[in-house]
Amino acid sequence: MSDGAARSAPPRLELIGICKSYPGVIANEAIDLSVYPGEIHAILGENGAGKSTLMKIIYGVSSPDAGFMRWNNRQVEVTSPAAARKLGIGMVFQHFTLFETLTVAENILLVMGKSIPLSKLVQDISRVSEEYGLPVDPNRLVHSMSMGERQRVEIIRCLLQKPELLIMDEPTSVLTPGAVRTLFQTLRRLACEGCSILYISHKLDEIRELCHHATVLRNGRVVGQAVPAEQSSDSLARLMIGENLSTCQFRTSIAGEKMLKVRNLNLAAIDPFGTALENIHFFVRSGEILGISGISGNGQKELLAVLSGETRIAKPKVIHIDGCPAGKMGPAERRRLGLSFVPEERLGRGAVPDMSLELNALLTTTHKHGLQRHGWIRFSAVRQFALQIIEQFGVKSYGLNASAASLSGGNLQKFIVGREILLAPRVMIAAQPTWGVDIGAATVIRQALLDLKSEGVAVLVISEELDELMTICDRITVIANGKLSPILPVSETSTEHLGRWMGGDFTTNAESNPHV
Amino acid sequence: MFRLDPRQMPSTMMKLVSPLIAAMLMLGTGFLLFMLLGKDPVQALYLFFIDPLSNRYGIGEWLLKATPLTLCAIGLVIGFRAGVWNIGAEGQLIIGALAAGGVALFLPVAPGFLHIMLALAAGMLGGLLWAAIPAFLRTRFHTNEILVSLMLVYVAGLLLLYFVNGPWKDPDGFNFPQSAMFEPDVMLPLLTDDMRVNLAFPAAILLAFIAWIFCYRTIAGYRMQVNGMAPGAAGCAGFEQKITIWLALMISGASAGLAGAAEVLGPIGQLQPNISPGYGFAAIIVAFVGRLHPLGVILASLLLSLLYLGGENVQIQLSLPSAITSLFQGLLLFYLLAADLFVHYRLRFDLAAVQRHKTSTPEKPGL
Repeated sequence: MSDGAARSAPPRLELIGICKSYPGVIANEAIDLSVYPGEIHAILGENGAGKSTLMKIIYGVSSPDAGFMRWNNRQVEVTSPAAARKLGIGMVFQHFTLFETLTVAENILLVMGKSIPLSKLVQDISRVSEEYGLPVDPNRLVHSMSMGERQRVEIIRCLLQKPELLIMDEPTSVLTPGAVRTLFQTLRRLACEGCSILYISHKLDEIRELCHHATVLRNGRVVGQAVPAEQSSDSLARLMIGENLSTCQFRTSIAGEKMLKVRNLNLAAIDPFGTALENIHFFVRSGEILGISGISGNGQKELLAVLSGETRIAKPKVIHIDGCPAGKMGPAERRRLGLSFVPEERLGRGAVPDMSLELNALLTTTHKHGLQRHGWIRFSAVRQFALQIIEQFGVKSYGLNASAASLSGGNLQKFIVGREILLAPRVMIAAQPTWGVDIGAATVIRQALLDLKSEGVAVLVISEELDELMTICDRITVIANGKLSPILPVSETSTEHLGRWMGGDFTTNAESNPHV
Repeated sequence: MFRLDPRQMPSTMMKLVSPLIAAMLMLGTGFLLFMLLGKDPVQALYLFFIDPLSNRYGIGEWLLKATPLTLCAIGLVIGFRAGVWNIGAEGQLIIGALAAGGVALFLPVAPGFLHIMLALAAGMLGGLLWAAIPAFLRTRFHTNEILVSLMLVYVAGLLLLYFVNGPWKDPDGFNFPQSAMFEPDVMLPLLTDDMRVNLAFPAAILLAFIAWIFCYRTIAGYRMQVNGMAPGAAGCAGFEQKITIWLALMISGASAGLAGAAEVLGPIGQLQPNISPGYGFAAIIVAFVGRLHPLGVILASLLLSLLYLGGENVQIQLSLPSAITSLFQGLLLFYLLAADLFVHYRLRFDLAAVQRHKTSTPEKPGL
């Protein structure tokens, strides 16, 4: 396909001098941006650089304090998402905007703006989902769907409206390599059909591969323009962060005892749309990182609940933590055995959104560090502990009294991971540790996991980011349809190979046809 | 054009000011209402809010009525903060009164002090057991505690009626549906001779302070609050939701039961069909006006208590219907909930948007 977003035509979307400030933060300052028809335009920037704010302004979610917007050469005022959709702007949000108690089709019906019979819509959804390789059952209730599946619904919802400009906020973070390929083909085809795409991502390789043009934001301002294909990932990252990147330091460690053992785990699906776990069998040794990859919705949620203790198993010996049969134990008891746990959802599970950082530091640590005495909270100790997390992991916040919800995703995740690490765990389980987190924070978090490993902790990472797992793990496996693939050392496997396993085909390299 | 902008952090200032705004709006609406009823609004508001407190007896009544409100609301606050919505404090209060009354009437104990303590303990136990029903049903069968606790209010009321009409009716009571008067020994001691307020009032204040410490200083209080604010985080951290539900309902049941016991062992002095003019329901308003804070509850119950007194006063003096008290209570809660919007949002007059709107209206979005 031609890389030629024909920049000679008049721009489809033009932003001139957009400013937006929130109490205490200037989110956007004098931002100019032009997006041409058929162009895939990357918006690059760390978390908190102002990308999301800018996209919300374009989509009519918030209005700018100053500046204006031109659409197909006319000045327009986009006062609401409905108005944006009417213009032909579609958006896939990073934080999903679906009603959990409705089905996929009902959710989509809500934004269609005109009345379509539900049965016709169900057909349309099935057609689009097939056409673009985004499998989704239109009649499923959203609350039972994983993050990755919800994102597919959002993408389909936009595509159904045949947009002229599609805004994608971190779209690939929950897709398999194969699905990313399909998505890219979709996006390229849309671009060829003349649709403009604003593509927000931290994944520099993807941007280099996909995007025609990139605008780089830092601290709310445009700091550079680039043609991504002509840049290296490093040079793009430098443009984005404004300093040289630190990369992960690997230290060798010797894998020791089996600290976490799961044997013959079978669990029927509790929820009608959940995944049953079948014959799961693995162990994690001290001083190694085991990665479990897979497309979301293949049993990760269920497996994590079993590991954390939120779902208990009748047979205690199915799970061993540090040699103790732990199947019947609840989360608190397992933590006392030395298990630390970083859940997938930061707000609402990893942290209490409306509580201060100080009190959030106490969340999983009530049994440790002398933070309590005879049931009384020792506030001086809690404060010190919170400060230690903030300092040691470079958490940027408005102070100890700031609510967890006021932190950016990356900073909150550093806080949560830091809290769990400072508990000095013997077994660490991290789910999606860097999901939607900027490069700087992701590096800090990965390094922290690697450091844990070299200190002799058994680390289990469940993630949908295959690249991340390939970087930090010693051994890797795939979960598909609630079953675990064979576990291989990372050096003996490849992205393509694992990608095939994610589809549920667990044949090993040797037996399978390499050309498939 | 006015706009609501979300605040970056909830405003502490607004949290404290919004009950005052609500109270002012309630007064304003009351003013209009009295005017429409053809009463002199200034005189009516004077009778409502100032006249009741113009003598020592009145102040005693004020504190007396604030006592059951404070006691009920303390328990409710602890529950509401934990996301457990006990709406049935009224029923727990009635059962508490019934249990305390039973001990006061039929338990032969010599020293008065011990007898009082046993009666109060029976009241707490009664309220606690009544609240244990919704706790059991919720933790065992996932029933909704709002509905169950509310329905049990009516069951409690009928149970009280049964006892005062049947087995516990005073044989020398000319067939009135009420028990015999309690022995003076088992009545709560008065604070002074010229007021009816008794020892339960300082006890309620003390309990509010204890509740405050429990909520803000103890691990158990913290765990309950996490369960209320983010059940997912509580589950992940291993704070058992069942424990929170049980604790919340036991505490609020026991404190409502104590309120009922203090009513019958205090101003009422016997069991009768009408023990509470809806203290248990008014305590819900108290809890919210008091910002779900145990100490705020003390101030809020003083306000609600004044509404009861003032309501009675205007009923008598201006011959208005008794619904006037509930009406003012309703107004207060209504305005409070409205004012609470501004804890999380800020109202802004957006001049720029008006101008943009003016300049850009002629252009229709091109399709």
